[in-house]
Amino acid sequence: MGLRGTAAEGEEGNPTMAALARSGPTLTPDDDKPRPIVVRVSTGDLIFRSAMRAAGLMVLVITASILIFLVARSIPAFRSAGFSFFTTSQFNGYQFGIAAILPFSVLIAVIALVIAIPVGIAAALFISEYAPPGLRRALIAAIDLMAAVPSIVVAVFGLYFLMPRILGFDSWLAQHLGFIPVFRVTGPNSAVTYVQSTFIAGVVVSLLVIPIITSLSRQVFSQAPQGEREAAYALGATRWGMIRTVVLPYGRAGMIGASMLGLGRALGETIAVSFILTPIYSFSPHVLQSGGNSVTYMIANYLLDAGSLERSALLAAAMVLFVMTLGINVVAAIVISRSRSGATTAAD
Amino acid sequence: MLTQESRPPGATGTRPADGERKVRISRVTPAGVMTVAGAAVGALALVWVLYERVLPFTGVLGFWVCWYLVFLLLYAVMARQQWDQRLARDRVTTVAFATGGMLALAGVFGVVLFALARGHDAVFHVNFFTTSMAFAGPLSPLNVGGVLHAIVGTVEQILIATLISVPLAVSAAVFLAEVGGRLARPVRIIVEAMTALPDIIAGVFVYVAFILALGMQKSGLAAGIALSVNMMPIVARASEVVLRLVPGALREASYALGSSQWRTVLNVVLPTARAGLATAVVLGMARAIGETAPVLLVSGVTKELNLSPVSGPQMSLPLFIWNYGHIEASSSGLVARGFGAAVALVLVVICLFAIARRIGGRAPGDLSRSQRRRLARSAVSR
Repeated sequence: MGLRGTAAEGEEGNPTMAALARSGPTLTPDDDKPRPIVVRVSTGDLIFRSAMRAAGLMVLVITASILIFLVARSIPAFRSAGFSFFTTSQFNGYQFGIAAILPFSVLIAVIALVIAIPVGIAAALFISEYAPPGLRRALIAAIDLMAAVPSIVVAVFGLYFLMPRILGFDSWLAQHLGFIPVFRVTGPNSAVTYVQSTFIAGVVVSLLVIPIITSLSRQVFSQAPQGEREAAYALGATRWGMIRTVVLPYGRAGMIGASMLGLGRALGETIAVSFILTPIYSFSPHVLQSGGNSVTYMIANYLLDAGSLERSALLAAAMVLFVMTLGINVVAAIVISRSRSGATTAAD
Repeated sequence: MLTQESRPPGATGTRPADGERKVRISRVTPAGVMTVAGAAVGALALVWVLYERVLPFTGVLGFWVCWYLVFLLLYAVMARQQWDQRLARDRVTTVAFATGGMLALAGVFGVVLFALARGHDAVFHVNFFTTSMAFAGPLSPLNVGGVLHAIVGTVEQILIATLISVPLAVSAAVFLAEVGGRLARPVRIIVEAMTALPDIIAGVFVYVAFILALGMQKSGLAAGIALSVNMMPIVARASEVVLRLVPGALREASYALGSSQWRTVLNVVLPTARAGLATAVVLGMARAIGETAPVLLVSGVTKELNLSPVSGPQMSLPLFIWNYGHIEASSSGLVARGFGAAVALVLVVICLFAIARRIGGRAPGDLSRSQRRRLARSAVSR
């Protein structure tokens, strides 16, 4: 053989070693070349791959075109209002801004998450760690079904079932915990003061967010490695000890990602919010007080009847909401895919 | 064969031999059950005395919230008296997680059962499913008018959405799972982000891009396009997960026989994942069929039956509920119609869901009973 190096003796079969050896100083490259591996891609495969790539690209194109259309349509509003678009609370054909409606959206989403995160994660842990196998399948099906229950059915449930029953709790909170600023209300202690509040809207939205958080975190929890679970048990851990030391650390990024996806969903919830709220245009952090608003409420109820400038303003608000939720969801997706638990589901 | 299947999985290997007895590791003991029950009853009594008699509290929901907190506290104290700290903590967290699961379940059943209970007035009239609202006024009794126009609209719109989104979504999933490359990561992240997109954004997009910019009229087609924007990422994500479950050995076997990549995908990967893909599609349909916000802006509202999705406004079930279920909009008769439509919608979703569970729920390549039978028959005849 033509190899004269010391490092590469007997390594002819291994192309990487041969390549390494070839780069050594004592080699002359003339008489031995590794066989180039040529992958001949057939025309059919080329067409197939580019077609599939185009389909993948289409997702990006749709997202980009949503953004482009919204930006293009919202230019008149920004030109008319300038920076005051972000500081004005009013919303009509002359004066408009998102200073009230965007904080309201965030407030409702926060209330929904305060309820949904503990309940969702507790339910996920119960399903993946505690429930017996037979019950587990039924519970998984129930949670998946809950995710598919139309938001309008949940909204109807919230309006006709939940709202009348929650008023007593509202009044109770306001009377006994009213010293906390968030729970303060002004007005007589009657139903009129408490109906259609952001708190009730948040509770109804939480019903829509719980299944998202539950099913995503359950998937992550159930992937926690069996070996590590058994190791924890072998060291004498109780079931809670095992969950605390193995399952929760393993699923931490998944829980964060699930909560952020839930936040995106809660910010964008339209129907439930529209059914519950009565619109007001000055932001108030008193969650039990009647009246609230959200970006989605304004779009759903006023876009079709709006004049051209107001329409542009509503589309500008939609653009802000879209950018915000897309940003949150992208970060959530990255958090999930970077995590140890996400690596097994979305690895290349 | 039959006896093996009737036993729970994993039980075959652990058949106790003579003289060996299986150790029961059940955690349910009489003492444990009684502790939970005792804490529950004790908390109920204590909260009743304090809440109703001593302290000036009112409200049903507040009562139960207090009861739950007192119950957890009492249970923790009782557990601490019987068991050591580690075990007590384990028991308390068990109870807390179990109640969390039950609360989530109560949410599902509450929503569904409430719709069924309130909607039964309307759905027991046959005309509710066979007529439209064309000749029914706001004060008409329930035996006049129905939701036929909304059902027709929903079916047509969901079919349009499926026709648009499924080829695109499955192709995108094939791209993510089979082709890959530098583009795969951003596409996957955007697909994931789009699944939780505000549902009204799809409607706003179609309204701006098709109705304002292209001058399309409000119609079932526009609603179908809006629904497809919502449905596409859901189907794409679920399909990618399914395609990833196809064993790599099958692909390699196909390549080793000399077939090209597209042949492999078409003849090996997709057929293997067929059940899972069908589940993904049906679940996407179940999600999209209940979406109100996308169709709200683009389909228009009508009381009449409109069979054509391309011309004129077309009603759908969610929009029907939106119009009639709203408290200000309506007299009680109209609200009853709204609930009837909610029942119809919930039943459709549950049916789609049951179909998805029926065809799915198996790993790729795992054959259904009829497929196994067919395979056995062809093996015998050969």
